[in-house]
Amino acid sequence: MGGVCVLSIIYALLFYAATILLVVGVGARIRKYATTPAPLKIPTTPAPITTQGVVWRMIREVLFFESLFKSNKWIWLFGWMFHMALWLIIIRHLRYTIPGNTPWLLDFLQPFGKYAGFAMILGLAGLWARRFLVDRVRYISSPSDHLILVLLIAIGLSGLSMTFVAKTDIVAVKAFMSGLWTFQINTLPASPLVFLHLGLVITLMIIFPISKLLHAPGLFFSPSRNQADNPREQRHIAPWAAELEK
Amino acid sequence: MADGDTQVPKMDDPLQVPCIKPGSMDGLQPFLASPEHQEALGFPGELVPDWKERTLAKMDEMAKKNRAFQVYLDICVKCGACTDKCHYFLGTADPKNMPVARQDLLRSVYRRYFTFAGKYFPWLVGARDLTEDVLKEWYSYYHQCSECRRCSVFCPYGIDTAEITMAARDILAEVGMGQKYSNEILGKVHTVGNNLGLNPKALGATLEDLEEDIEDETGVSVRIPLDEKGADILLVTPSADFFAEPHIDGLIGYAKVFHQAGVSWTVSSYASEAANFGLFIGNYENMRLVSQRIRKAAKDLGVKRIIFGECGHAWRVAYSFLNTLAGPWDFLDPNYPVPQHILDFTWKEIQKGTLTLDKSKNDHMTLTYHDSCNVARASRIGDYAGSQFEIPRNVIKAVCNNFVDMDQDTIHESTLCCGGGGGLLTDDLMDLRVKGAAPRMTAVQQVTESHGVSHMAAICAICKTQFSKVMPKYGYDMDSIVSVHQLVSNAIILDGQETDDAE
Repeated sequence: MGGVCVLSIIYALLFYAATILLVVGVGARIRKYATTPAPLKIPTTPAPITTQGVVWRMIREVLFFESLFKSNKWIWLFGWMFHMALWLIIIRHLRYTIPGNTPWLLDFLQPFGKYAGFAMILGLAGLWARRFLVDRVRYISSPSDHLILVLLIAIGLSGLSMTFVAKTDIVAVKAFMSGLWTFQINTLPASPLVFLHLGLVITLMIIFPISKLLHAPGLFFSPSRNQADNPREQRHIAPWAAELEK
Repeated sequence: MADGDTQVPKMDDPLQVPCIKPGSMDGLQPFLASPEHQEALGFPGELVPDWKERTLAKMDEMAKKNRAFQVYLDICVKCGACTDKCHYFLGTADPKNMPVARQDLLRSVYRRYFTFAGKYFPWLVGARDLTEDVLKEWYSYYHQCSECRRCSVFCPYGIDTAEITMAARDILAEVGMGQKYSNEILGKVHTVGNNLGLNPKALGATLEDLEEDIEDETGVSVRIPLDEKGADILLVTPSADFFAEPHIDGLIGYAKVFHQAGVSWTVSSYASEAANFGLFIGNYENMRLVSQRIRKAAKDLGVKRIIFGECGHAWRVAYSFLNTLAGPWDFLDPNYPVPQHILDFTWKEIQKGTLTLDKSKNDHMTLTYHDSCNVARASRIGDYAGSQFEIPRNVIKAVCNNFVDMDQDTIHESTLCCGGGGGLLTDDLMDLRVKGAAPRMTAVQQVTESHGVSHMAAICAICKTQFSKVMPKYGYDMDSIVSVHQLVSNAIILDGQETDDAE
């Protein structure tokens, strides 16, 4: 371990800390959402009448952003492009974090993820442009709304640079990332882009549970979307409301 | 702005998006509830000295008791999808009437006191301190929302501004800043049984007069029974149906349908109100108390079924919440939905063929139909999703020859609020009501130009009252708004009725 540079050790520790914060933070939030009762039936109707229907509604929201599509085609286009590209990119990056050879499916998706980076940047740029160009969106934007976009764009650009401009020693990166699973700290390539990219990702992981990024788990707990429209058939009552009946 | 000379917004299209005009509705607010009206509902009479602590304590409590409050405050990403969806924004251009900005009035305080980012980096996330000015701002802008849920349809996470508005109003009432209009009315329901404060004797006399009117008009004795024990059906209808136009013509319609269907029914003087303003003020306990009156009436009268008359928010509370607030309804006939909507009943009778209908009686009108927000986006009428849109139209088409729908983007789940819902149907908010009606009125004007639409039908007491007030501002007669059951009443030919031919 003597040859490992200090920065690699610091980054390894940061990854551990960020992972703990992400998992514990988001887990605590999900627990709060799940245990807080919804006192009344408030699905936005027309809503599915069965639980099965609710699952399908939720799938449409998550995969196709159905409500957003109804609302605004530009936001939908940029937002959907960004999110779907992000999924491909995350899948692609599994290859660099899983030790050893990766399943064929990941290898198959690899090139798609590679170019998805451009779609992600394009989507993010579109969303960011709206924060300047549309007076209504400019009005509702806080500094943090801009900064999160800057963060994601910076992650994308630094990542794309390493793929298409200044190739990094990806084998060494994989050794570092996959080593973390077994608490081995290997040396990262001495490339500023690598440290920038990973540092930004660590930042994203840390702010996830304390920012609007909570929309990802939160959507699943939104009563207007996750409730079945069956109030007459099934009595719905919150525990604290049941107390009033005693 | 001076009362009575509101600028009627000019729109080329019902959904035309204005450039934002910050501050254009600043300071508009309805009258505060008097100490007497506050205390009758269990709220403090005036702003309490420790308003700050109590506001924060109430927010903390809501975050624990209501998942919607907690989740919606956390997860908004400020994407802007809702920004052009509120009729009050479209009509006033005030950016604080954009749903997300309206939520942010409260979210900014939530972030400041309840989130890590807001506690340590308030400037970064738009968090702000809770001050008395913030409370006043809440009071103003949370009374510029009709809780219509249009924004919720278009939000990628279903964030429902109505939930935030209700929460804010509940907090305000709890620290002594309740709204006069809603709280005064709720007090009357708790003591007398209806929004109007009509006592049983006055109600009985009103219904008798109506029976006479029907007999004079048709020659047939049609009953509107009151407090009749042993009747099969309890009709719960907004008290506006007992006295206001065009509501009363709707009530006559229900009576004629029941008469022809040959069912026994009754109105209750104890639960002589379908409306439940507990919803508007966001207070579960008040909403529950009002609902419990219906349970008691149903038990005392020994009815088997409950049917609700034409009312939007009342139907939301009835359909979506009554089972929660006043159920279970296991003492009623399980063969019928509890509660049932009057249009569901009438449509079934039409399908059964029990009603003799002469559509030509409505030929002097070309109609369109206004989907009321609470029926469209917060409930259902029949047994399948979307039946709340089809059943009223089916009934209208069964009794009228001339029917035209408005722009697709302004009906069904995308319907535009009348501008007077959610506890805003008060003269002190007339400026807002006229402006908020602009998108809907523009859609009506379009079908008037293209198809000669002369009248609009609705199934909500608030919509009816609101439109009869604001339609004249847009060049229509005040009786251009009609009840759906008024159309039914016009077309129905009672057994033994003297028809024009016989005269």
